[in-house]
Amino acid sequence: MALRKHQEQQTQSPVPDDWFVPIQKNDSEAEAVVRPSLSYWQDAWRRLLKNKLAMMGLFFLSFLTFMAIFGPIISPHTVDHQDLVNQNLPPSSEHWFGTDELGRDVFTRTWYGARISLFVGIAAALIDFLIGVIYGGIAGYRGGRTDHYMMRVIEVLYGLPYLLVVILISVVMGPSLATIIFALTITGWIGMARIVRGQVLQIKNYEFVLASKTFGTKTGRIIRKNLLPNTMGPIIVQMTLSVPSAIFAEAFLSFLGLGIQAPLASWGSMASDALPVILSGDWWRLFFPAFFISMTMFSFNVLGDGLQDALDPKLRR
Amino acid sequence: MEKVLEVKDLHVSFKTYGGEVKAVRGVTFDLHKGETLAIVGESGCGKSVTSQSIMRLIPEPPGKFDGGSIIFKGKDLTKLRDQEMRKIRGSDISMIFQDPMTALNPTLMVGDQLTEGILQHMKVSREQAKKIAVEMLDLVGIPSPHIRLKQYPHQFSGGMRQRIVIAMALVCQPEVLIADEPTTALDVTIQAQILELFRDIQKKTGVSIILITHDLGVVAQVADRIAVMYAGKIVETGTRREIFYQPQHPYTKGLLNSVPRLDVDGADLVPIGGTPPDLFSPPVGCPFTARCPYAMEVCDRVYPEKTTLSDSHGVDCWLQDERAKKLLASR
Amino acid sequence: MLQYIIKRLGSMAVTLLVIITLTFFLMHSIPGSPFNEERATSEAVQKNLESYYHLDEPLYVQYFLYLKSVATFDFGPSIKKSSQTVNEMLGRGFPVSFELGMVTLIVAIFSGILLGIIAALRHNGIIDYLAMTIAVVGISVPNFVLATLLIQQLAVTWGLLPPATWASPKHMILPTLALATGPMAIIARLTRASMMEVLTQDYIRTAKAKGLSPVKIVFKHALKNALLPVVTILGSLAASILTGTFVIEKIFAIPGMGKYFVESINQRDYPVIMGTTIFYSTMLIVMLFLVDLAYGILDPRIKLHKKEGK
Repeated sequence: MALRKHQEQQTQSPVPDDWFVPIQKNDSEAEAVVRPSLSYWQDAWRRLLKNKLAMMGLFFLSFLTFMAIFGPIISPHTVDHQDLVNQNLPPSSEHWFGTDELGRDVFTRTWYGARISLFVGIAAALIDFLIGVIYGGIAGYRGGRTDHYMMRVIEVLYGLPYLLVVILISVVMGPSLATIIFALTITGWIGMARIVRGQVLQIKNYEFVLASKTFGTKTGRIIRKNLLPNTMGPIIVQMTLSVPSAIFAEAFLSFLGLGIQAPLASWGSMASDALPVILSGDWWRLFFPAFFISMTMFSFNVLGDGLQDALDPKLRR
Repeated sequence: MEKVLEVKDLHVSFKTYGGEVKAVRGVTFDLHKGETLAIVGESGCGKSVTSQSIMRLIPEPPGKFDGGSIIFKGKDLTKLRDQEMRKIRGSDISMIFQDPMTALNPTLMVGDQLTEGILQHMKVSREQAKKIAVEMLDLVGIPSPHIRLKQYPHQFSGGMRQRIVIAMALVCQPEVLIADEPTTALDVTIQAQILELFRDIQKKTGVSIILITHDLGVVAQVADRIAVMYAGKIVETGTRREIFYQPQHPYTKGLLNSVPRLDVDGADLVPIGGTPPDLFSPPVGCPFTARCPYAMEVCDRVYPEKTTLSDSHGVDCWLQDERAKKLLASR
Repeated sequence: MLQYIIKRLGSMAVTLLVIITLTFFLMHSIPGSPFNEERATSEAVQKNLESYYHLDEPLYVQYFLYLKSVATFDFGPSIKKSSQTVNEMLGRGFPVSFELGMVTLIVAIFSGILLGIIAALRHNGIIDYLAMTIAVVGISVPNFVLATLLIQQLAVTWGLLPPATWASPKHMILPTLALATGPMAIIARLTRASMMEVLTQDYIRTAKAKGLSPVKIVFKHALKNALLPVVTILGSLAASILTGTFVIEKIFAIPGMGKYFVESINQRDYPVIMGTTIFYSTMLIVMLFLVDLAYGILDPRIKLHKKEGK
């Protein structure tokens, strides 16, 4: 009887009898963690490497830095050497980027301009960072009344039209590199201070900080492991993005005649000098400063965007 | 009993960075007129995907419909053009989502959001639509609806917002109402009120409800029938009585044992060990094998066919096989 | 609401006072400025200056008298053009600059939003990549560079459009294009990002579940919410457009206030610099205020009077 029933079952389904035995289980396999654990910075770097546009920007900026340092050295011409016989020459083997209306070598001047632009951009960003972190950090950390008044000051300053103030300061102090950087940072730090304050306020109350404290973790470790990764992201991004705006402002000022003065060269002043001759078709005068200033701003912008994506802890995957 | 909706062998997958996730793998069930069918399961089992597939609200890409049919009023919803589907959404079948705090548009007046569905599906004037909206708010228990229509979502509490969301789903008198975790985001006291509201509305309108939830307490209160879902498949279906008193699938039993009970003295809370399988490469056999205390070789190799225990009770499990019963008996 | 407006007006007044004070004392601190030394200005000009700035009074009296005249929108005489006052220059130049700025702002807002929406709806498609490439380039190329490139190519090489001045609608195309591209790119990027975020919101799914058409979902449910962040940056965009008019007017020889301003900078015509700075700052501050008000009206969740605690 039992046998017959067995046979019936087998015609219904082709599953062999000997599969009906308890299974051998491997418990460790079920609990395995697939994802390798990477530190925050490793992970961010890995994601940045994947971003082609950002890597392109980084590559261009490395190239630019290299040429800013060595370009004027490898060139046989100096930045202010006037050669009135060779005025407005198109690019040639002697003058790779051509010459300007005073016969100065555009190649040398372009890399000299790169020095100015990079210096202004990075110096302004660093000073903004320093002031912003101190101001925003104090406001955020102290909170309460201190924070209230510090924010009111920011509110008033925020209403100041940035470039107008910069122009005003440049007019008053007379054109020089120091003036430009001073003028740029006088309102430039506000954005950074706001971001830092926001970050500090937010993170001060984060539950994981509290959690670390209850576990008895040392303060230094809390700062390094928890606070830094979570605050540095937006700050680094803000810094990266404030470089191109400083570079733009310098070029803008130089273009208006308030920036770098002859015989020194800046991309802005070179573009400004090229203005009268574009009608005569001397394209190289405008092209080189225009190209490099645009490429530099482009590179910093895409690098900033890339960093923003890479450093966002919420986007980790 | 009259079937309003038939889902047959539904397959849905999602493309992700890690590969293709097979979220729903051959789901079949019917919805009868005027009943409440609860689909239960833990998060990630595919119950929400199933419900959104019925409404064709799965974003494509990354989602992908891989086969099966959804028959509503003799039409296969999976084969309708977008335009035809839009006529069904909100008028014949409507849906309520989990979080009432985010389900309403924060910058539009509540009245506007209520009437737009009416104006979309019914040939009525703006005034009539407003009248219907007022009636609906009244039905779901919102006091002074005339004034409330001109307010914005942030002026309502969570429970009130869920009532508005329910009113919004009911304005066109749908035949099927899909409620995806409608009470999960609410306080317990509000939960009870909302569930009471569901029962009340069903009595008044005769709407069929599909209730998606992981909360067996909610299921016990309102469901007529229950479908238990695990790893993209429905592993057991039955009436509320059958599922709660004669659960057959080890997963169903596990679910019931992991719910705190006050009515049974000294009942221990038994969690189900392990985690659901990775649906990037779902197991060939029964997906519960790795966590099942009764697992056999066969479970790992072949997915069990459905065993019908009664008109309403069905289960996908090898333990229903005579040979398994013999094995258990011999132990 | 009223309380908020009063509070904001107060803070605006403080900002303005800071600007006027800063401008006044900075200008008077310049060695060799006409306020300190009686220098090579013509006698007529010097007379004008003395009567307007009360140079014979002590500095603090000068300051308060200057505040008083600025409050009545009287910015005094120019020192380079003896027959002119700053007010006259503003009266002639500002309408032109205002026209350029407004046309630019409108072009930038509409094209930026349109580009952003299309990119968001065609997310990760070719159109999206194209639009975002245009946007990044637009942000990266400074407006004065773009202006000169446009003149070189469209006006000089191909002769399609007039290279300078503000005589007819045809003349307006190149300057507007040069000035609008940057702000447009910023708006497009912001619109795209916020539109994509909004489209994943639950209320969009609710709207879909109601059976609304995609057009209705985008324009009735998504757009307003997506544009809220765009509104917040309009103030600073207006500021950058305004300062942009300085160089654009210089390059295209447009007889606007920006051109006068640049000239006054190069000629060290201090009263004009002061007057223009204060006038433009006032405009920008009012603009920021209007943008905030607009935001409060657009977003029903924000009750402006509740904001005071922050």
